[in-house]
Amino acid sequence: MAEALARITKLTDLGMIQIRADLAAAGDAIAAACGVAIPAATAMVAKAPRRLCWMSPDELLLVLPLAEVPEAVVALTAALEGQHALVLDVSDMRSAFGIEGAKAEQVLMKLCPADLAKMPADGMRRTRAAQVACGVWRQGDGFVLIGFRSVSDYLLGLLNGAAQAGTQLDPR
Amino acid sequence: MSDSGPFRLSKGGRLIDRAYQLPFRFDGREFRGVQGDTIASALLACGQMMMGRSFKYHRPRGPLASGAEEPNALLGLGEGGRFEPNQRATTTRLLEGMVANSQNCWPSLSVDIGVMNNWMYRFLPAGFYYKTFIHPRAAWKHLFEPIIRRSAGLGKAPTEADPDTYEQAYSHVDLVVVGGGIAGLTAARDAARDGKSVTVLEQNPHWGGRTPTDHADGQALIEALLSELRALPNVTLRRNTMATGLYDHGYLLAREALADHDPDAGIPRQRLWRIRAGHVIVASGALERPLSFAGNDVPGVILASAVRDFIADYGVAPGKRIVVVTNNDDAYRTALTALDAGLDVVAVIDARPNATGALPESVRARGVRVLTASAIAGINGSTSVEAVKICSHAGEGKVLEIIEADCVAMSGGWSPVVHLWSHCGGKLIWSETQAMFLPDISRPPTGADGMGMATPVGAAAGDLAVSGATGAAPEQPLMPVWVMPMHASRKMKFKMWLDFQNDVKVSDVELAAQEGYQSVEHTKRYTTLGMATDQGKVSNINGLAVLSAALKQPIPQTGTTTFRPPYTPLTLGTIAAEARGDLFQPLRKTPMHGWHEAHGAHWEPVGHWRRPYCYPQSGESHSDAVAREVLAVRGGVGTLDASTLGKIVVKGPDAGRFLDMIYTGMMSSLPVGKCRYGLICNENGFLIDDGVAARLSDDTWLVHTTTGGADRIHAHMEDWLQCEWWDWKVYTANVTEQWAQVAVVGPQARTLLERLGGIDLSAEALPFMGWAEATIAGIPARIYRISFSGELSFEVAVPAKRGLELWQKLHESGADLGITPYGTEAMHVMRAEKGFIMIGDETDGTVIPQDLGLGWAISKKKSDYIGKRAQERSFMASTERWKLVGLESTDGRMLPDGVYAVAEGENANGQRNLQGRVTSTYVSPTLNQPIAMGLVLHGPDRMGEMLEFPVQGQVSYRARIVDPVFYDKEGSRTNG
Amino acid sequence: MLTLTCPCCGITAEETELHPGGEAHLKRFGPGSSDGDFEAYLFARKNPKGVHFERWRHAYGCGKWFLAARDTVTLEVFGTYKAQNPHPTPEIVASIRAKRPDWQPDWTETKTSSAESLTE
Repeated sequence: MAEALARITKLTDLGMIQIRADLAAAGDAIAAACGVAIPAATAMVAKAPRRLCWMSPDELLLVLPLAEVPEAVVALTAALEGQHALVLDVSDMRSAFGIEGAKAEQVLMKLCPADLAKMPADGMRRTRAAQVACGVWRQGDGFVLIGFRSVSDYLLGLLNGAAQAGTQLDPR
Repeated sequence: MSDSGPFRLSKGGRLIDRAYQLPFRFDGREFRGVQGDTIASALLACGQMMMGRSFKYHRPRGPLASGAEEPNALLGLGEGGRFEPNQRATTTRLLEGMVANSQNCWPSLSVDIGVMNNWMYRFLPAGFYYKTFIHPRAAWKHLFEPIIRRSAGLGKAPTEADPDTYEQAYSHVDLVVVGGGIAGLTAARDAARDGKSVTVLEQNPHWGGRTPTDHADGQALIEALLSELRALPNVTLRRNTMATGLYDHGYLLAREALADHDPDAGIPRQRLWRIRAGHVIVASGALERPLSFAGNDVPGVILASAVRDFIADYGVAPGKRIVVVTNNDDAYRTALTALDAGLDVVAVIDARPNATGALPESVRARGVRVLTASAIAGINGSTSVEAVKICSHAGEGKVLEIIEADCVAMSGGWSPVVHLWSHCGGKLIWSETQAMFLPDISRPPTGADGMGMATPVGAAAGDLAVSGATGAAPEQPLMPVWVMPMHASRKMKFKMWLDFQNDVKVSDVELAAQEGYQSVEHTKRYTTLGMATDQGKVSNINGLAVLSAALKQPIPQTGTTTFRPPYTPLTLGTIAAEARGDLFQPLRKTPMHGWHEAHGAHWEPVGHWRRPYCYPQSGESHSDAVAREVLAVRGGVGTLDASTLGKIVVKGPDAGRFLDMIYTGMMSSLPVGKCRYGLICNENGFLIDDGVAARLSDDTWLVHTTTGGADRIHAHMEDWLQCEWWDWKVYTANVTEQWAQVAVVGPQARTLLERLGGIDLSAEALPFMGWAEATIAGIPARIYRISFSGELSFEVAVPAKRGLELWQKLHESGADLGITPYGTEAMHVMRAEKGFIMIGDETDGTVIPQDLGLGWAISKKKSDYIGKRAQERSFMASTERWKLVGLESTDGRMLPDGVYAVAEGENANGQRNLQGRVTSTYVSPTLNQPIAMGLVLHGPDRMGEMLEFPVQGQVSYRARIVDPVFYDKEGSRTNG
Repeated sequence: MLTLTCPCCGITAEETELHPGGEAHLKRFGPGSSDGDFEAYLFARKNPKGVHFERWRHAYGCGKWFLAARDTVTLEVFGTYKAQNPHPTPEIVASIRAKRPDWQPDWTETKTSSAESLTE
């Protein structure tokens, strides 16, 4: 039996905090409160166990251990006190999947129109997987894909299908 | 001869391996081919020249070509769910045990009833569809249609689901080379040396195109290029991959065959590549054209290049006494190939006055008769070639000699494959000297940067011999021959096929011209020239040349028809790929989805969500279940999974001002801790969504939308915020999926929730339209006291991961209260009993809030909101708009949904005038009577009047106009 | 299928990652406007053959609306720019004029637009 293109796992215990603010004005405060530097556009700064992802010109997503969420929300809210900003615990809103293995990129090539080969090591690419929105970053020897919770089963079906043994994209 | 058939040559055939014999079935008979065969080559080797019948006349047909352009040898392949019609025998690899069947014949390939069309060809001329069936009208139904239905249709549609799987993949590459012949491989090597990422796509399983067959050292040249390319890390060589279309901005679609050769491999059968190419090199080669002489469709008349392919590639003799007919030097290669294989070449008929090039001379040197200035006047034989009638090309077809032969190799010259070049706007130019349309490199298809995004090379660019790479000697020019002989009689033209698949002849195109057709696009549709599955690959140029001659105008003035993708047909499966079965659409599930499923929910699709419609118990119909659920809620307590409702946080110093623009009502004045119902209109004034907004804090609101409205309304807000009021300080966040929400509804709702503890839910502590933050059953929650049913009702929102826990605790604690889960239909019934509108029922994109008696939800104080100006337009402000009322059926029957109420008189079309329609209709279990709402002209002023709703085949429905609030008009029940 | 580069995040996205929004640079007419102005705002569109300005949202990306200048015939993209500009930026105009010397802007530049500061 040939091997699947990648190991697909559902990641649990990931907390997420959505931050919207004027990043130029509030960047230092946010970085201090998160303990992670502000990422450049379409990038991500990882500082274990946290990751700060650039989502849009006025939006960041802090990915952190679930247990650290309440404290981080309080810290961020306090840091942004008096500024026009939005800090929300969105830990329950998304699902995350690990796609690991030498051919992990091929799994995503079947689902996403983005040129992931050109995504830098610290890239955070928002795109779509088949019919739903997703975000993708590199982790370990593969990728993490995040998508909305309600379509977890759909995403899992897509990823497992795309990773099916014997379906590598290499020329044959 | 080998035992894979009497026409298998004892040696030669670079693509086959005689050691592996492959048995297969064709039309129920057993055949044997060898490894590497196509179905066509295997059948030819067995002496089976006839492979199908034509579409219109059911003429017997053998293969015309050896590749993707084949118009004749189309088969139904496979059985059951794997059955596929119209597969080209010339490109389908033979597999062991394959089952193939001929098409367009009944009862059998050799005896076909439909062949009577053949005798009737004078009665089925160009445009016969349009002419014959106009009069008499009655004849259509009783005579023409039954006959045509019987004989029409190319192949049969499969009836079972396709058991194979398919996939797609995206690729981004600097350069795609389409065509793995010598021109393509050379171009790929040159580009790869510059460091570009290069992908080469080849439709066949083997590389090299025509070069290995047509040039002495061709195979070695190809091997050398391949080994160079394989060593380059930036080059991808992909075989079995057909580039089917080139679209905007370098978007190229290509179909890779993965398991066509092995259906049991357990992998997808085909893959659709969606390639974004920086540039495309079109190295797609050229296709040989037939010659238009009488009898050119008889099985055994084959393109000259195909004859040498069958000999050189597959070791198959298409005939043993071959006549070559040509207007160019290239066809002489076929004579040489046949001679080398030990076959008889009885004559070469060359239309040109002289043939003195190197190729003709070398054929003469082998003792073959070369007849110049000659032509074919006709073919003896109907299901196979028996003899060839020779005439002078310059004459009218007087037969000078009859030559016995079993195969005619014809060549009318070559047409570059310009499809990809043309798909996205590349223009063509006519070459007089080569008699072909060439890519006009000054007018390429353009990409995002405005520059050409494709470059043609090799034969696709008109360089047929690719001499630069092959070193081939120059050839003498061809002589354009569009009709053979030049002054052929009308009778002969009835037997000169242009489009073999659709049975379009020279006579048809000339008739179309005579009848006034001048545009090539019109002629195409009138005659069906080039409209079959081969899309006129071999027929188009000959057809438009004949049309040009008939119109007495040069060919470029006639122009070509439009080249549209796909180049060859795509299986629908590759287009759908993973989007079938469970993955057909993203199915959205709430955190309680599994509970609903375990409790027998009957689902209702709402957008991509699945919501429980009702929970039928054993033996219960859906309507029984809905009635039980309604009564249980009104009499005790029920729960509705409201998690799908849209939830959008709106925060910022300008949030109130912004929401005042989004909603028709005033949201900025809402006190913290309170909720308010609001309406959202678009700029056209029409109602697009409704829901309850709660003020969370001084600068933060939480906006509820309808289930289907969450993404749409969030996008609507962002559009206005980013593009119109971009200097307002407001952030929005769509947090729909962060929260699970449960509506706890009914007179016992408060009792139940108080058991779970954590908050004072008394009317004083949490009044109607208030909300509070609390901990319920140990779960952090927001509780909104809002009601869509008219009952005492609390909507409890908790983080999504704890939604199921809350739901289960409610059901455990409420067991003795008879707690009942209810679905969307019970929700609908209850809201209708209360006269509450539903977006999508009472609204349809043409309804404004004023139509629905919702004037109270429109602020009179505000100077502006989205839709306000539109609602001031004369038609919107008209008193003649239909308005919401309740409708009470007078005979106990439930009004059908959507039926219209008629008024006196008729309109200009003789139809009854209308005065209203039903928008919602149910049987109310609470009131034990049918209830309905509708929009009626002057409705609110006509209380008590009767309306008539005619329904075809039934006694008209009658209903009385009443107040839309059927139940608890005082609204006391919301207090519990 | 087009590809456009979102000026807000710099990602080059294909059409399926984008959401179209019709003609750009419409001026909103609200309460108090004439019937004619309001009708034109809602319904009258240029639909040109050639140079055109369009609204697009990077829906499967950063979520921002932006504007694109392109040729509706050749599909050439002259550039993308931020949605807050009341008119195509001078850079966009220059890019169009370089390729289409005969093309003329059909608006008059207002100097003091505060949105100009947004166009880097």
